[in-house]
Amino acid sequence: MSDFLTTPAFPYCKGCGHHLIARNTVRALEALQARPLDIVLVTDIGCHGIVDRNFATHTVHGLHGRSVALGAGIAMGLPPGNQVVVFIGDGGATIGLQHLLEAARLNVDLTVVVHNNMLYGMTGGQPSGLTPCGFRTVITPEGSTLPHYDLCQLAHGAGAPYARRVIGQGDFSDALREALEVEGFALVEVLELCPSHGVKRNPGLRLKELARRVGYELGTWSGEARPAFRLSYRKESPSLLEVKGVDVRFAPLLEARTAVVLGGSAGEGVQRAAEIFAQAAMASGLHVTKKGSYPVTVGVGFSTAEVVLSRDPIAYHGVSQPNAAIITSADGLQHNLGRIQGMDGGTIWLDESLEVPETGAEVRVRDFRGRAGPRNAALYALLNFARETDTVAPEALVEAVRESPIGKHVPTEILEEATS
Amino acid sequence: MSTPSGNESHLALVDGSRLITESCVRAGADVYVGYPITPANLIYAYSSRRFPAVLPAPDEITAIHWMAGLAAAGHLPITATSFPGFALMVEAVNMAYMMELPMLVVLVQRMGPSTGTATAGAQGDLLLLRSLISGGYPLPVFCIASLDDCWCLPPVALQTAADLRSPVVLLTSKEMAMTERSLNLRRLEEEMKVEPIQRRFYDGPAPYCPYAADDGWVPSFLAVGDSHHQVRLTASTHDTHGLLQHSTDEALANTRRLQEKVETGTPVIYDLDEQEGAETLVVTYGITAGAAREAVAALRAQGTLVSLLVAQTLLPVPAAYCEILDRYPRVVVAEENLQGQLARLLFGYRLPRKLRGVRGIGRMIRPDQIAQEVKGR
Repeated sequence: MSDFLTTPAFPYCKGCGHHLIARNTVRALEALQARPLDIVLVTDIGCHGIVDRNFATHTVHGLHGRSVALGAGIAMGLPPGNQVVVFIGDGGATIGLQHLLEAARLNVDLTVVVHNNMLYGMTGGQPSGLTPCGFRTVITPEGSTLPHYDLCQLAHGAGAPYARRVIGQGDFSDALREALEVEGFALVEVLELCPSHGVKRNPGLRLKELARRVGYELGTWSGEARPAFRLSYRKESPSLLEVKGVDVRFAPLLEARTAVVLGGSAGEGVQRAAEIFAQAAMASGLHVTKKGSYPVTVGVGFSTAEVVLSRDPIAYHGVSQPNAAIITSADGLQHNLGRIQGMDGGTIWLDESLEVPETGAEVRVRDFRGRAGPRNAALYALLNFARETDTVAPEALVEAVRESPIGKHVPTEILEEATS
Repeated sequence: MSTPSGNESHLALVDGSRLITESCVRAGADVYVGYPITPANLIYAYSSRRFPAVLPAPDEITAIHWMAGLAAAGHLPITATSFPGFALMVEAVNMAYMMELPMLVVLVQRMGPSTGTATAGAQGDLLLLRSLISGGYPLPVFCIASLDDCWCLPPVALQTAADLRSPVVLLTSKEMAMTERSLNLRRLEEEMKVEPIQRRFYDGPAPYCPYAADDGWVPSFLAVGDSHHQVRLTASTHDTHGLLQHSTDEALANTRRLQEKVETGTPVIYDLDEQEGAETLVVTYGITAGAAREAVAALRAQGTLVSLLVAQTLLPVPAAYCEILDRYPRVVVAEENLQGQLARLLFGYRLPRKLRGVRGIGRMIRPDQIAQEVKGR
């Protein structure tokens, strides 16, 4: 008995092509003089997947149709020298087609052996994506009317260096040996018949004749040789804690916790302006939270930032009724209209282009867009806010702007105006 | 005044995603397998800059299978996702649970059902996690309740994954992952240092038996590809050798062991702030913990006696929670969902009269809602 086997008695029905695939796999491995523990055999659900106990290699038995993805993870995770062999059925290849194409595209170092008996044998003989036109199954007793996927061509098209289709008769171990020798992704599709369901419903059918008739072309599809995909380790990367720190160098003006809402339009720097404002607050010794709200499209519609400032730690950062709302555009007004209307105190700073909403808050109309332009309106509005309130000193905010990535692009006059 | 100073030059505006990612890397997670989904994208972005290795997957089912393969090969993989992506991973999380493969899934909750609102936070996935494993087996779930937890809990979750040979979920939500807060980073470096977790691999002379838990509930681990020992892993019911079995006594004992393993081995972490004489206990987790802490502080400032339990180990439910709950004649459970998922997890579907719930969707639970419920007796 081969070193690759624990027992030569395979658990398959009499006449099943899976016997030959297992035997030819062993022949190919022996021909390559591999050691059993160099090999990881990955199987999944289906008759092909109950062969684990026969193999003396490492064995991994996963979920239906996912053995290629599972095997890919193993192959990417192991150092070169191990060989991952994946067994999968035609049903599994159908449900897991994406995994197969992705492994071929990446050129993961795998040898995938497709047991294509053209139906789901374990569950009663239902058709798969590899069932050819005219092939009778329990669900299609008159014969399938649909064409089959051509796995070899699909894998080839996805970048597989090696794809080969063989008839599962006699000795086809050379195909498996060639596949195992490929650096990267190799697929061998073995055509066979399920004695319990395929032969029974398609009596007298010859595999070679079927292959010719339905267009299951036999042969090899060779792709461009590429290095196998390996997990690449980066040696070093900077800590995510290495962020620009803030020195406390301004006196805090703020007494009570203050929630500020800044509402504007996407693409007008609302979130950036709020972050700079938060930096200025931190430089004033305050605790800060900053939350952004915007549509998932990011580049269109409203953009709202909520900034909470406090002398004490902030455990809850939600803002239902802000102390201050700063609105620079119609998008921002629309998005925050509900809570502005609900404000029974506090102050709203509103761009003069906007209609004043009904609110219990004090409303201060200012020209943000006209003075600073749409791109700087949000920042300008915050500079104005700092000047008109005892929250953050205008000098702190101007310095935070200057130190920010956009500092050089902000017109000097609006910064000077803030501290004038 | 309490300023967020200390060493001011390390004061910075950071979101939870940044801390979770950095903490995972320092704790020894080495591969991030990513598939984009809001609100978990920041973790993917940070991981692409920081993790030793990053694999962009073509879909979530592939992602979790790559993770399982990497874990089988000896790595400690993580991913971050949200419900729509996590739903696709469920079968393979079961597989990893059965194969006993360590991995971490950071689940960033958003508002459902279905795709819901990608940019709205929620606490709606707890009962899903309670019943995630077919058969009702417990899955270790930890939940982030503060920015500090973003730093401190990932190593606990990863160590648990390694110690128990199990997938672990670290639960959080959009408001924690994406909201920025001022933080003294030097404090993290100096007072809350994250050390690499400890992993043990089988190195005995005897043939390796992948599911034999000789010294307790957890079998020793060895990666596939080992040059001295054969390793068999399987997602189907199996014996201690990893060979598929229908329902032999040995196989059923192995399956029973999975429950015992997680029930007995999951660390119990919670924050209990009890006030002497208090008759009301506020119970919460995750993003609502911030509101609960402020509510409790405000109530105490007004002279109301109240205690607070913030649960960080969510699953399996620690017995300690039941003991604490039994001590109080009145319990207020606050959470951002409509069903009262934590309340039902703790009390079942026959909620006791002593229980009051503060619930909602679409907006964070406010401190005043919790305070009102505590006072409203």
